[in-house]
Amino acid sequence: MSIPLPSSGLLTEPISEDKLTVSIGPQHPGAGHFRFMITVEGDTITDCVPDPGYVHRGAEKQTEYRNYVQSIPVLERSSLTDVTNIIMPFCMAAEELMGVQIPPRAKYLRMIMSENQRIISHLYWLGIQGIFLGHSTMFMWPLGDRDVLIDLGQMLGGARITYSYVIPGGVRNDLPSGFKDKAFKVYDYLESRLKDYERMFFSHPLFLKRTRGVGVLPRDEAIKLGVVGPVLRASDVRSDVRIDEPYNFYDEVDFEVPTFKECDTYARCMVHLIEMRQSMRIIRQCLEKMPQGPVRTKVTMTQRAAAGEAYSQVEASRGAMSFHVISTGGPKPYRTKISVPSFRNLIALPRLLIGSHVADMPAIYWSLDYWPVEADR
Amino acid sequence: MAESATGTDVPSREQSISSEFSQFGEKAKVAFTKKNRLKVMVRREDLVDIATFVRQKLMFDHCTNVTGTDFPKEKELEITYHFGSTDGAGLRGMILSLACRVPSGDPTLPSLISIFPSADYHERETAEMIGAIFTGHPKLGRFMLPEDWSDIPPMLKAYRLPGRLEAE
Amino acid sequence: MVAEQVGASASEQKKQGPASGRDGPGLSILVGKAKEVIQQAIADPITYLANWGRTYSLWPVHLETACCSIEFGAVSGPRFDAERFGVLEAFGSLRQCDLIVVHGTVTRKMAPRLRMIYDQMPEPKWVIAMGACSITGGVYFDSYNVLPGVDQVVPVDVYVPGCPPRPEMLVDAFILLQDKIRNSNIR
Repeated sequence: MSIPLPSSGLLTEPISEDKLTVSIGPQHPGAGHFRFMITVEGDTITDCVPDPGYVHRGAEKQTEYRNYVQSIPVLERSSLTDVTNIIMPFCMAAEELMGVQIPPRAKYLRMIMSENQRIISHLYWLGIQGIFLGHSTMFMWPLGDRDVLIDLGQMLGGARITYSYVIPGGVRNDLPSGFKDKAFKVYDYLESRLKDYERMFFSHPLFLKRTRGVGVLPRDEAIKLGVVGPVLRASDVRSDVRIDEPYNFYDEVDFEVPTFKECDTYARCMVHLIEMRQSMRIIRQCLEKMPQGPVRTKVTMTQRAAAGEAYSQVEASRGAMSFHVISTGGPKPYRTKISVPSFRNLIALPRLLIGSHVADMPAIYWSLDYWPVEADR
Repeated sequence: MAESATGTDVPSREQSISSEFSQFGEKAKVAFTKKNRLKVMVRREDLVDIATFVRQKLMFDHCTNVTGTDFPKEKELEITYHFGSTDGAGLRGMILSLACRVPSGDPTLPSLISIFPSADYHERETAEMIGAIFTGHPKLGRFMLPEDWSDIPPMLKAYRLPGRLEAE
Repeated sequence: MVAEQVGASASEQKKQGPASGRDGPGLSILVGKAKEVIQQAIADPITYLANWGRTYSLWPVHLETACCSIEFGAVSGPRFDAERFGVLEAFGSLRQCDLIVVHGTVTRKMAPRLRMIYDQMPEPKWVIAMGACSITGGVYFDSYNVLPGVDQVVPVDVYVPGCPPRPEMLVDAFILLQDKIRNSNIR
């Protein structure tokens, strides 16, 4: 059987006098585990070629060799800042195929963990955005406050980051005693810190100068390119999986989905800030509303899923995360295809960088919240 | 492959969209209808026409995912496009899947990036991982795998992870 | 002699360092350490000075390999401050750095780049393999694109297990590496 393979060619370019190709590679303080090559003429970027795949670990292939519960650690580590939200659609798809209903208390606990994870992810984003713009206090403060929230997650999940809390059938364990009071204290503290961040960073004149009007992605382009998450919401589209297709109990709590008309980098940063506040609002309501009851429906390790397909989507920290799981009736998935928000937003990177200055590159690149580990799976 | 509809009570939005496909007759066969999900099987010759219909008449405006699956028993690859809608009236949260089966010996099918630009990187990744060839795509080639990858595409079932038990 | 003065002032600093009200086992440990320092300083002053300089200013390269980089970010954060050990992530060129912390999984695409970066760093240089993925491949050990362990590509000095390791473990790794450097011959 001969399948013609796509050719893998080396990149060759003739050397010219005014154009310079810069490879912003994996070893670069401004790139993370990702490489993109920009062509620069003077101070303007004229071309951008992204080169992902440096952290491509083949998690999709590995889920074909493991059953549904065993696949959780493999998938979880695909997106370490956003652990709960990446395994949630997989569990939802598995539960749909297995025909398992999860108890309502488990849904509320999933919401609490998911929103806590969203705040943690946004704080990490904020830290790196600060250091990319040269504001090193804005690196230290969010990372320090993030540790307080990680302690809260540790109280519930057991480990600092990779707690594998959400499993097919529900969640692993119930709230420990004293969690509710501690959570309220932590979130009151974080509210006051967010006010400090606003004063220190978000209303700083240099931040405003570097982000207002920079990297504008108009509304129709955003929809055409298929971007998701805060990038889409900053381009004046009120779209969020939590309101478009509510899962768990998102239709029973009040929260706002922020949108901005400016469509620039500043709008994307402000969307992150407002979402942190809304997440705290959701968690407070969940902690009040939760019913008593079991937190898990028993799903064994070798439980078989019905033959069929399931496509489930969830609002992760960076946007809509979806899983397409195909099953042929066995205990292991036949095919898992993950659609991560970072990969879907990557298409906006060349579009935004071309025509902008080199100095605007860190601000634009990180405002897209592209997490290479997640995009490469 | 057996597709099972796990919902007996199908809401009307999905039914009305699936009845729109009846105008294509044999060219578009609805595989299953579930809550917020609809899957339609098409042939590769009709893929561009039906995708244009989905874009312009049904108002689905972006591609969320492209899945490539290998079915070695039937010697076929199934390429599934998943579309979502942001601006279409009442279509938020709905995912329409167009699936196309191609023989493994000749895995060519037309690229849809002229109709759905959001499918660009998804098609590149599927081409690399499963060996499908999207004719009309300007840049298929090494994308995520290392530059010196010289083995068969890894998502094929013939590529087995070393030392593991049998896959599903 | 210069070395004696260095040794003497170091021992004096060590005696006056902690709270003056402490006595008992703490003091004897201090005295033992001070003796060790003076012996090393007198026996081979150049080595002692060179190692002392290298130990307390380990600068890691900014190369993030995979997901353990988040815990490395937390280590640089205010709670587990790495800068108090001299580990400052120098955002400049890698020609000024002497430490690579391999954060997690090394894929086959990243491996040649890792080796290139290791070769570009000037001597002396050390490698910390952080996370289970860089020791044996971790959760992804059977994947098609993952190296089962980074010591196939670069020589490793300290292994830190965990997935991801807690920041305290990484700090302990820095201290272990500092012990190793202090007791090594200069090359």
